[in-house]
Amino acid sequence: MKKTVFLFAAAFSITAAHAQNMQMTKTGKISFYSRAKSIDKVEADNNEVLSMLNPQNGELAFSVLIKGFHFESALMEEHFNENYLESSKYPKSTFKGKITNLSTINFTKDGVYPATVDGELTIHGVTQKVSAPGSVTVKGGKIAASAKLQVKLKDYNISIPSLVADKISEDIDVTVDCKYEPKS
Amino acid sequence: MKKLLLPVLLLCFSGKLLAQDDLMKMLDDESKKEKKKDYTTATFKTSRLINGHSIENAAPGVLDLKISHRFGMVNKGSYELFGLDQATMRIGLDYGISKRLMIGIGRSTFQKQYDAFGKFKILRQSSGGRGSSPVSISAVSTIMLKTLKWDDPKIQNYYTSRISYAHQLIIARKFSEGLSLQIMPSFVHFNLAQNLTDPNDIFALGAGGRIKLSKRLSFNAEYYHVLPISPVAGKNYMLPGTHNSLAVGFDIETGGHVFQLHFTNSTGMTERSFITETTGDFFKGDIHFGFNVSRVFTISNKSKSRLKKR
Repeated sequence: MKKTVFLFAAAFSITAAHAQNMQMTKTGKISFYSRAKSIDKVEADNNEVLSMLNPQNGELAFSVLIKGFHFESALMEEHFNENYLESSKYPKSTFKGKITNLSTINFTKDGVYPATVDGELTIHGVTQKVSAPGSVTVKGGKIAASAKLQVKLKDYNISIPSLVADKISEDIDVTVDCKYEPKS
Repeated sequence: MKKLLLPVLLLCFSGKLLAQDDLMKMLDDESKKEKKKDYTTATFKTSRLINGHSIENAAPGVLDLKISHRFGMVNKGSYELFGLDQATMRIGLDYGISKRLMIGIGRSTFQKQYDAFGKFKILRQSSGGRGSSPVSISAVSTIMLKTLKWDDPKIQNYYTSRISYAHQLIIARKFSEGLSLQIMPSFVHFNLAQNLTDPNDIFALGAGGRIKLSKRLSFNAEYYHVLPISPVAGKNYMLPGTHNSLAVGFDIETGGHVFQLHFTNSTGMTERSFITETTGDFFKGDIHFGFNVSRVFTISNKSKSRLKKR
């Protein structure tokens, strides 16, 4: 009987030693901003980003509800959903990729590590290969990741009518910020 | 002892096994775990269908300036340039107080009316989650003040005689991206009836909807049928010489504006006027060309708090 207890204890300690458990967040943040010579700021935040990171193989995935992006202007938000992203047809945007320089990141040691992520980004039903520079921050055993990328609307079949062409830039700056917790 | 080894091994590897699962599939499972209520948005492009209210409200903190115009009747011929020589108009301001409550005021040239209304969203169409609803329901109450000079200033006239009320329930459903329909049970009350046989209370049932032709263009139609209900014996159920109100038109959305272009047999743009005082007969060509222009201004950052909780 004692042996059994010992074995179980050993088993648990082994899993615990995998401090690199699957990491997850439901409150990741994605913001975007359209640089354009317009008085109206075209920017929005989404604070309900679902993301998982596997520190063992560097795999990374995001799932974002388009309706979760909120603008300062209600009308802009409506148009974003209705006319541009067509959120009833394409409710989600996803990313699936890998950290390419996993070997240079030590998930058990505090620090800020530059990282590059390669993967496939799906917006508006269109999937494109992307590569984005970012960083992984480890602090007190907690892992956070951030990245910046540029999204070209044309690549994802999002057309801007000529009437508002001067208000919305073709290139959208996207910022990603996720603070992970070990997945239970 | 050997029997024990298996579960122990399983435990050891459970972490690893998990990791080999497809990450995307795991995300999907996670998102399914907490299914959120998804509220239907943009059933119509703006808070008016054509003459009357749609289910939509101005967003919280948003001021909506509405300028509505009805030209004369097209069957007046070329002398009046098919009605373009005349015009009646209403200028109004709507404001969204909360995500459910909107208020508005307006002034019409037709009968020199002032109007004020409150509109409350009772139920919002939603899907997913608990207690989702297949329809949206709003209630609108309008008070209208006619300020034309008294017909007969010699008799004793009461100020309250100028006032009338309209109460409406709007039940709407967005069936798909392209199709939205609503019905509007309505009730109009006049404090003073003009003639002895004129009703003080008029009941009507409205119906309307839109078909989206493209992302920024939709075809709308709206009809109010006065119901043959007269609570007081010996009174008519509708005003003499009036017809039911019919309107067809297009919504064109361009950034911050919504233009509504339409044809209607109604001259007035307040509830009492188009539901009960439409004198034109649509099918005899008593049709007004008209337009509404809506321009929204975000004047309070209530919308920011809207971001947090919907």
